[in-house]
Amino acid sequence: MKFLVCISKAPDTTTKITFTDNNTKFNEDKVQWIMNPTDEWYALVRALELKETLGGTVTTVTVGKGDVEPVIRKGLAIGADDAVRIDADDTDAYQVASLIADYAKSENFDVIFTGKETINYNGFLVPGMLAELLDLPYVSLAVKLELNGNVATAIREIEGGEETLQVNTPLVISCQKGMAEARIPNMRGIMAARTKPLKVVAPGSVASLTVVKNFEPPKERGNVKLVSADNVEELVRLLHEEAKVI
Amino acid sequence: MSVLIFVETQEGKLKKSAREAASYGAKLAGKLGTDALAIALGKVEHSELATLGQQGVTKVLHEESSNFDHFDSRAYAKAVAAAADKAGATVVVLSSSFNGKALAPRLSVRLKAGLVSNATELANTDGGFTVKKAVFSGKGVANYSITTDKKIVTVNANSFPIASGGGAAAIEDFSAGLSASDFAIKITHVEKAGEGIPLPEAELVVSAGRGLKGPENWGMIEEMATILHAATACSRAVSDVDWRPHHEHVGQTGLTISPNLYIAVGISGAIQHLAGVSSSKTIVVINSDPEAPFFKAADYGIVGDAFQIVPKLNDALKKYFSSHN
Repeated sequence: MKFLVCISKAPDTTTKITFTDNNTKFNEDKVQWIMNPTDEWYALVRALELKETLGGTVTTVTVGKGDVEPVIRKGLAIGADDAVRIDADDTDAYQVASLIADYAKSENFDVIFTGKETINYNGFLVPGMLAELLDLPYVSLAVKLELNGNVATAIREIEGGEETLQVNTPLVISCQKGMAEARIPNMRGIMAARTKPLKVVAPGSVASLTVVKNFEPPKERGNVKLVSADNVEELVRLLHEEAKVI
Repeated sequence: MSVLIFVETQEGKLKKSAREAASYGAKLAGKLGTDALAIALGKVEHSELATLGQQGVTKVLHEESSNFDHFDSRAYAKAVAAAADKAGATVVVLSSSFNGKALAPRLSVRLKAGLVSNATELANTDGGFTVKKAVFSGKGVANYSITTDKKIVTVNANSFPIASGGGAAAIEDFSAGLSASDFAIKITHVEKAGEGIPLPEAELVVSAGRGLKGPENWGMIEEMATILHAATACSRAVSDVDWRPHHEHVGQTGLTISPNLYIAVGISGAIQHLAGVSSSKTIVVINSDPEAPFFKAADYGIVGDAFQIVPKLNDALKKYFSSHN
């Protein structure tokens, strides 16, 4: 089995978010980059687990410039066999999906894994676009995946429940909590990652379909209004009369 | 030229998020001086679809093949793209439901239409097409310009009010011309999570965290949710140790929600949790620690022991609802 895992970098979850250049750019100063959590914990680890039971290879692919390589090396340290970096700054989801599709279309991967959504632009767009570009079935928000020959059995979350489905490979699947347990790279993995192949691929020319015009800080909330623990009726009154939510 | 809205149904009924998307699409069509049409797939009564007129939809295209009774993003994208062609749509609107978010990106590729997901406000069409959405898990807001001729927007849940007042929408049977081989995904089992209100589109949410000390203490939280007709949610810490199911986890790596009311009990309010709930309209925090960071992100707060406050609050809410119904 040939597995591909799409990995992207994201600002560490505790990062304070600010903007520069008249609020047109995300301020990357002092930002600690990590592997996007759902890419790492669920997509990558499930691909590795399936490789360990079924045999095969796990390749990671990332769109980014050289500064993303520590994140790629971490994927190799956790257990990926090799990595591909498409040498371009990411501009929008369509550009990223197109670049990955260009690379993947001649590689015949059985399953292409992604995380649920990246915690920077929170679009949740790349896996669906990638599936359409490659004309593959797409299973979103999966919490389970098993493979039996070319038949994949997956469970995905739906509003108010879960559905179990069957689909033939090849396919694209986006993964969330439940799919696997996060793995911490060990010293042997970290040492091995240094010499695993990391191929840099020149990007094709792809136009973006959207552009961020500017950013704003989120709406400010007023000061908290404290209600005495002995007077919960006052909270009910405020929710009805002031907040008008009940 | 028109605006086409993809409307989702569940067990023969239009979903609330479908009516939000329809309201959004109709308002946008008004601004653009064109009509709002809708596309519905699978089994649903025409009388139900006609009620989309109340949201301002003039005509509903209905592809009723039972092949569409289960969701398959590839087949759905083909069908909605065919409907967009037929309607001459320049804008396609979907809800940011789980299926909407799986379908919209495929449609974006198929129609070569720029897509912005989770829109929180009506698109600004003055000299362009700009859509506002939350980014960095609620720690920022971005205004996206869509630069293609055709545009796609998915509408964030609880962000856009449902319009009412129009007449009945016309219904037109529509065939997308798909065959059985276009459907690759076979659903073998559907498991309902229970009778409760699904969290992603709930208007009221009661949530609890580690402060509750153990899963056996959730009775009072579920009771409050029942009184309020609210959904239940939880912090990551609590779902990680399986006190609560994973699908209840809200936060940066869980679900991002924007209900009208979010009540957080015994959750300290780490930045990762706030990221998932900060766009809630009203936030109430109940915590024994007056220094809990969540109080800084809340509208109302009560400092004290949840085990004493929540039962009292439940009684007060019961009293309120018995005199207001």
